[in-house]
This record gives sequence, structure tokens and C-alpha cells, in this order.
Amino acid sequence: MRFKLRRDTILSVLLILPSALAIFIFVYGFIAFTAYVSFSNWNRLVPDYTFVGASNYLRLFQNPRFIITLRNLGVFTGLFVGGSLFLGFFLAVLLDRRIKAEGFFRTVYLYPLALSFIVTGVVWRWLLNPGSPQMGSTGINLLLEMMGLGFLKSGWYTDPRVGIIAVAVAAIWQMSGYVMAMYLAGLRGIPEELREAARVDGASELQIYRFVVLPLLRPITFGALIVLGHISLKIYDLVVAMTGPGPGYSCDVPAYFMWELTFRANRFAQGAGIAVILLFIVSLLIIPYLRYSLRREVEA
Amino acid sequence: MKLWKFLAVLVAFGVLGLAQAGNPLVLDKASTPQDIALSVFGDAAFAPAIMRATNSKALVDPTFARITRLDEVLPAGAKVWVPEETWAKAFLAVWDPNRVEDLFGGGKLVVGSWWTAGGEAEGLEALFALYREGYPDVVIVNATVAGGAGFVFKAVLKPRLIAGDPPDTFQLHAGLEVEGYSPETYLRPLDDLYAIFGWDKVFPPDLLDLMRYQGHYWGVPVNIHRSNVLWYSKEIFAQYNLTPPANWDEFFQICEFLKGKGIVPITLANAGGWEAPHLFETILASTMTPEEYRGLWTGETPWTHPGVTKALEILKKLLDYVNPDYSAHTWDTVLEYIAAGRGAMNVMGDWAMGWFMAKGVDVGWAPVPGTKGVFVALSDTFAFPKRAPNPINVIGWLEVCGSKAGQIAFNMRKGSIPARTDITPEEKAQFNSYLQSCMDDWARDAIVPSVMHGAAAPESWVVDFKDAVNLFLVTKDVAGTQAALVAAAKAALGK
Repeated sequence: MRFKLRRDTILSVLLILPSALAIFIFVYGFIAFTAYVSFSNWNRLVPDYTFVGASNYLRLFQNPRFIITLRNLGVFTGLFVGGSLFLGFFLAVLLDRRIKAEGFFRTVYLYPLALSFIVTGVVWRWLLNPGSPQMGSTGINLLLEMMGLGFLKSGWYTDPRVGIIAVAVAAIWQMSGYVMAMYLAGLRGIPEELREAARVDGASELQIYRFVVLPLLRPITFGALIVLGHISLKIYDLVVAMTGPGPGYSCDVPAYFMWELTFRANRFAQGAGIAVILLFIVSLLIIPYLRYSLRREVEA
Repeated sequence: MKLWKFLAVLVAFGVLGLAQAGNPLVLDKASTPQDIALSVFGDAAFAPAIMRATNSKALVDPTFARITRLDEVLPAGAKVWVPEETWAKAFLAVWDPNRVEDLFGGGKLVVGSWWTAGGEAEGLEALFALYREGYPDVVIVNATVAGGAGFVFKAVLKPRLIAGDPPDTFQLHAGLEVEGYSPETYLRPLDDLYAIFGWDKVFPPDLLDLMRYQGHYWGVPVNIHRSNVLWYSKEIFAQYNLTPPANWDEFFQICEFLKGKGIVPITLANAGGWEAPHLFETILASTMTPEEYRGLWTGETPWTHPGVTKALEILKKLLDYVNPDYSAHTWDTVLEYIAAGRGAMNVMGDWAMGWFMAKGVDVGWAPVPGTKGVFVALSDTFAFPKRAPNPINVIGWLEVCGSKAGQIAFNMRKGSIPARTDITPEEKAQFNSYLQSCMDDWARDAIVPSVMHGAAAPESWVVDFKDAVNLFLVTKDVAGTQAALVAAAKAALGK
């Protein structure tokens, strides 16, 4: 019996070893290498690993464009995560009313998820095309004009005051269907008896959602938050396809700046610095999640 | 009959002047490649060149002998190919004697570039066709990556250079862009090939100065583009009886007038982030003398110069007259304004001419106001990575790129002008009227390097320059932007 156990242990270790090694090298090893590069003097094409302390980080924070990208990232994350959660929940509640052709609507709302951000970016680039008095309006501006709401027309992503907000709109469009699907599954899992009990106790529908449904959906909200959060922090392809850095870098995000700094300006160390900063921000989001899920596992 | 054949050979190799020119030779007695080299070139050291050239031919024409060793005795009656002396010399300069595999011909030629659209792709294809004529044994791999001004291509190329897996040759802007590739580590200096093929005599001195970085040549130029061209709608200018502006005062008068007519006076694009800085560099060339402008990039002219202030003020004023949706447009889509008769002027490099011609727009051109007699130039070249996997195949490629036939075939399609100075009036007449006038200006004007297209400054500086100008479009802060430009120059020049 003891021997068998040990053989199992050895076998399982052997089976896991290749992937564990691969992950150790290609994920953690490269993270360590990136961090190492970010403290080096590699700001030409030829690698130069001389240690220069935090000077790359200092230079990044002195760069007005980097500050703008961080601010944009904050605005984008807030709008995108908040907007997707709200819209997704709203759609899920509507679909949960057992409406006719629910399957059809579910598919319609979920479909954007199947697209890549590149496609979304190109489509929304056209939809939010500002147009001009000389060439006429297109896309949403044209729609507003035809509905007699011309005063609502905007330069969208070409207006530095809107900028990243326009990108967030496109991202919400793509991801809210996914959030809807998660919430819908969650809502279906809430037994009708609980609502009935609340109704018997005299709670209004709104109160039922506030005090019964939402607390029960908390794990789903948390999961969606993590998924949306890390997508939003890594956002790059949508920006590239839709707007580029935009006027005055109003649509710029750190990932795009990192790419340009690294492969255009050859400042590999500074690019690695941005990568490390992004990793740090992502970990602020992930670590509480890991703790939360680990705790739940222990409780279970 | 014999004369006809002779002429045919002359046309095929002589008049086209093309690569892998040389002559077949049928041996009258048994000899080794060394014997042949000794008798033809007077030097047995040329044997590898003969071996390689013959093996290349043998791959497509079985009547040629296959040579397996440099001291192999070939029987009488065997047919070998004697390459031209220039190619043979270039071969010896490039060939690494440890690489025996290079003596057997064939293989690939991986050509990296960002030429994927319209005329430029056709131009590249014309170069390929010429190359295939001379080297039918080589398989050309067209490794293009789309993206204006090559910013995506460069990002793909750089990691490959670092990893030691570069293409055989790649597109490189003439000038300081080469700094970004750390040429002393990754590229092969081409000084010896310049001397062998005589390129140092056929390209103009201003261009040769631009090509030299750290005292060496790193690329062979195929073309010249001009960046400071003001394109204008002939229709609108004729309708309101306007003449192209010679200076900024006239320019803004025209702008004010056209704005009143509901026409976009000056169209601008900036979706790629380089179009507005491109406009700004041409304004810089107008507010300073050519010497002062060149000095900006060498440190001789300080960026605190009043010409920089004035250029920023002009750009600020100009922004009142542009289309509001400029950041949604790339350089080509914004030209639709002019095609539709809704926009009057545009500043763009002369690759725009190809777009106008394709759309059938009758467009006029003039130098950007205040830059008459100044030619802001950029040039595409092909470089030779040190670790090119098929170095021998690159020789013929560079030869085609630098040759007159190659430059004419390429530039007529690309819509640029040959970099060579020995274009005859008959050859010039084959180009369109814009390019002809451009060739006249190229020969006459003061030539200054373009920033946004890699000529004037290393890429890291270009990025800082571009970032400062792009922020300026929103902040319109002249003093702050000038300070940023001063800081960028300080960071780049280290003083």
C-alpha cells in the first residue's frame, strides 16, 4: 500500500513536471527576465544588461504621455467594467422574465463576444466616425441627425474630451453579452421560493433584487469583475484597430505605448518597465481574487 | 543569324545591364575552376565565383556543368558560366570560405519590406522580375508586413535581428534610421560593394552623405521621395482664381477665403500619428534656412531657435483651417476631400501622386509655402544583415536595386524618382510630369533630410518629436511644446 502510494506520487510528479517546468520558465522565468530588463540599460537594439536602478521608471513617470495613458487606463477600466456589469445584469434580468424567443435574444446579446477586438474596433471606428460638415456625417452621427438629434453629434474618438470613452463604449458592447450570460445562469440558479418568501414578507420587486438576488449573485459579480478587469488592463488590440493613440493621446493606453516605446524607439528597458507596472496593477486585482477563492475552497 | 543572336544576348544582358551578366564558356580542354579563373580573370582566387555562378545556371539549365569541388577537373566540352567581374569581385567580398554550401547555387532570397499597397507592391514586383531574370535558380520570398511608414514591419524585424534570424535583405530608410538597428552589430557595411559596383559615383553627394553612418554605407538606395509638397485642387483654385501660395501669409489668406466658401482649406490626417508631424517638419523647413534645419538634427542649431517658435505658431494657426475629423483619417483617406471637391489643399509626400492618379483627380502641386528651393528628401534603401541566411543571393539583389534598369522599373511604378544621377533625358521622358518636375528639383534644390521618414534623426528621437507634436495638436501650447522639443534633442544628442 505504501509502495503503491509512492509510485503514484512519482508518476504524478513526472506527469506534471513538463508542464510545470514549461510554466516556470515561460511564464515566471520571463516575468523575472522582464523585471530584470526594466532595471537595465537596454535602451538600444543591442542588449545591454548594465544595472541602472530605477532610472527607467523615473523617466517613464516624467513622460507626459505615460501619465496620460495611465489616466486613460483608469477611466477606461472604470467605465468598461462598470458599464459591462450594469448592462449585462440589466439584460440578464430582462431575459430572466421568461420572454418569448429568449434563445434568439440571448444569442444576439452574446454574439459580439465571438468577435475579436480587431473586428469590433474596425466596426466601431466606422460607427463612431465623426464625419464633417463638408463630407457629411456617417454612422451614429448620421443616425442622430436623421432622428433630429443633431445637437447630440460628437467628434467621438477624434474629440480629445471623449477619446477613451468612445473606446470603452465599443468594449462594453462586446463584453456585456458575456456578463449577461453569467448573470443569467446565476439568476436561474436562485430558487423561486426565495423570491416568493420575500414577496410574502412584503418586499417590493426592487427590494428583492437589492436584498435577495444581488447578494446571492456576488460570486458571479466577483468572477465577472476579474475577467473584465484583466481584459481592460491588457487592452491593446481594440485601441490599435479603432483609434490608435488618438488626438493628444486621448485614446492611448499603456500597452500601446509599451509597444511603441519598445519596438519603435528601441527603449527595451523602459518598455519592460511599463510591462512590470501593468503586472503590478493586474496583481492588485488578482491577488484579492486568489485569496477570496482560496478561502472559499477552505470553507468548502 | 549570328548577328541576331549576338544582339539578343546584348539586349538580354548588356542593355538591361543586369545582374548575373556574364558569358557561357565551353571548355576546349579539361580544366579546373581555378584554371578557368586564372585564364579569364588572371587570378585563380576567382574560382569560387565561377563555381557558384555555374552551379546556379546548372540548376535551371542542365547543359551547364555541376561543379562539386574547386579543384574538380572538368572535361573538355563542359559548359561553365563566367560571371561579370563586378559580380565576381562582390562574391569574393561577401563569401565566407567556411560556407561551402554557398557554392552550390539556388536557395532563397527573403526580402523584407512594408510595400504591400498599389504602386509600391508593383514596383517591388518589378525588381523581383529583374532579379529572377538574372538568378532564376533563387526562390524569392516576399516577406512584407503592411503598415504605413513601416512601423509594424520594423517591430517584426527587430526581434529577428536580435535573435540572429533576419531576412536576407530588408527595407531601410536612408539616414539615421539605421542607428535604430545598431548596424555595427547587426548589419554588414557596404563600402566594398559601393566601390565594386561604382555606386559611390552614381548617387548624388548629398544622398551619399545621408547614407553614411559612422563612416560606412549600410544600404543601397532605390528611390527618392519628396516630403514637402503642397497638393491643391486645380478645380477649386481655378474656380476662385487662386494661385498656389508662395509663403504662409498668402497661404492663410487663401485659407480664410476658402473657409468662407465652406471648403476645408487644408486637409489633414493623423490617424497614424505621423501625418501631422510630417506636416510640421515641412513647416520647420520653411521657417529656417536649409543649413539651420540640418543643424537642428546635428546639434548646431538649438531648438530654442525662433524658427521653431514660428513653425509652431504657423501649425497652431493652420489647425483653425483643417477638417475636424483629422484624427480619424489616414494620409490617403483624407485625400477624398480633395477628390470630392470639398477640400482644397493637403501637405503630403509625393507618394500621394500615385493616389491622385489612381482616382483620376487632376491635382496641382507646389512646394510647401516658404520651401521653394528646398527638397525635404527621404529614400528607401535595402540593407544587408550580417547574419543573412543566403548572403550570396543578396549580392544580385543589391545590384538590381542600385542598377539603372532596376531604379527606372521600380520608380515608374512606385511614383518616386531614381536616386541615380545618370538618368538620360529619354529615360526621364518615360516618367509622368510630376516626377519629371521632381527630378529637376532634385538636381537643383538644397536637399535636407526628412525626420518622420527616418532620414534626419534616430528613431528614438523621432518618437519623442512625434509625441511632442501630437500633444501640441490638442494643447496648442507653443512654449511648452518647444521645451519638450528641446528636451527631446537633449536626450538624443546627449548635450
